[in-house]
Amino acid sequence: MADRGLTDPRMPGNDDILALSRREFIFATTAAGAAMLLPLGDPEALAQTVATIDGGVTATFRINGTQQQVTLDARTSLLDLLREKMALTGAKKGCDHGQCGACTVHIDGRRVASCLTMALQAADQDVTTIEGIVGDGGTLHPMQQAFIDHDALQCGYCTPGQIMAGIACVREGHASDRNEIREYMSGNLCRCGAYPGIVAAIEDAALKMGRG
Amino acid sequence: MRSFSYTKVKTAADAVQAYTGAGAGARYLAGGTTLYDLMKLDIEKPEHVIDINGITELGSISTGGSKELVFGALARMADVAEDPVVRAQYPVLSESLWRAASQQLRNMASLGGNLLQRTRCAYFRHGEPYACNKRNPGSGCAALEGLDRGHALLGGSDSCIAVYPGDMAVALLALDAVVDVTGPSGDRTIPIAKFHQTPEASPEVETSMQAGELITAIRVPKSRVGRASTYHKIRDRESYAFALASAAICLEIQDDRVRTARIAIGGLATKPWRAIDAEQALVGKRVTAALAQKVGMLTMNGAKPGRHNTFRIELGARTVADAIMIARSRA
Repeated sequence: MADRGLTDPRMPGNDDILALSRREFIFATTAAGAAMLLPLGDPEALAQTVATIDGGVTATFRINGTQQQVTLDARTSLLDLLREKMALTGAKKGCDHGQCGACTVHIDGRRVASCLTMALQAADQDVTTIEGIVGDGGTLHPMQQAFIDHDALQCGYCTPGQIMAGIACVREGHASDRNEIREYMSGNLCRCGAYPGIVAAIEDAALKMGRG
Repeated sequence: MRSFSYTKVKTAADAVQAYTGAGAGARYLAGGTTLYDLMKLDIEKPEHVIDINGITELGSISTGGSKELVFGALARMADVAEDPVVRAQYPVLSESLWRAASQQLRNMASLGGNLLQRTRCAYFRHGEPYACNKRNPGSGCAALEGLDRGHALLGGSDSCIAVYPGDMAVALLALDAVVDVTGPSGDRTIPIAKFHQTPEASPEVETSMQAGELITAIRVPKSRVGRASTYHKIRDRESYAFALASAAICLEIQDDRVRTARIAIGGLATKPWRAIDAEQALVGKRVTAALAQKVGMLTMNGAKPGRHNTFRIELGARTVADAIMIARSRA
């Protein structure tokens, strides 16, 4: 934990803004890109984009408790809204077709595949991403801590989706034993094969979350 | 993905009105797990998307009545799977729902949308350079001479052998459900057995729904056959996969003999497939493993294998046989 604090300038109590992590750098460049919105260059591509968004659709989103009005192309998925416009890159794009679970977020407390959710479908609802589950003062969610304790990841790409699905799995009451956890987590693939650790972590977190 | 305009509606009447105003290029959007997926693949190219998720009147689940279970078209798969009455008295329906997809998708997908789920045929989803009569009518069918391990053995035609991929509709077929729709020409009710269509010469036509029609409810008559029932699903892996073969079996047992039997199979045919002859072979008999096997084989009568899917004839028969024994154990 101490290591994370030193390298991650967003950790509470760390004012060293010069310690710009790779992720911070990406956030900064994404924000700059988002400010322009329309691609420059190919005039045909530009015309197509303008026709498509027709000035765009404006909607209000509540993401991790923060309300924001956004104008977007109606085609945008919730996942792309989060990653490309909100700089919330925790939810990952794996298959982009609802098959891998890496993009799992909660809408009104229910886990969904954000890649198969049109952003506009999530307007005016409570969206929670991996960035929104940390407790007061930066305490990790019991599910996050359990993933660390049980070594429930290798490369980590599927982990935000696994954790969001795992939290929902416990809250739904589908974590009563290992078989049930396996069945109700089957929508989250892990190509590193960290499944034994993932199941153990969810079993452990279920006890700490007071259900399952 | 093609551009489209987007409208949210609050009533079924408004949805139909929006469709009528927009024309044939419009699509209703419910959970989006099929439509949005197919838009990304450039298979669905709606010019106008009508988001019906705000129609609260279509979201209800009513299982307490004396005559029927009533599910609003926007009831979500995960919620219906866990309804206490459905779980206890209609396990075939609950199992068909929780054994489908993943919990994320079941939280999103509506029952109405699930009925309209389109095939997972890889040639259909891939498109060029592969021919597909569903995707591009008249272009041919790459599956007929292709990798057909997962394709249909029953109900196929020279134009298409794509499997109907859903599970719930197979259970609904065994339960004699009906589908209520509304549309530009008013309301009507379609028996589930007449809802899905075999491909014949027009594989692009998959259901008896007319343009602009919107599913409003699915109704299941309450019946004693629900309790001794199961949806048995055999996949390449234990969970989160489409059926290689599945069976919805409902039995009513009286004095140790079968009074009523319902058999429908999934994953093997171009639409949810009812096996009336096989049902008749059970009626009046004591259920034994040997009889279940015989009935399983009868269910697969008329199966036409292709190049790589012959094994699924026996798999289908055994799936039915096992399902009969599971259902019998619940009587």
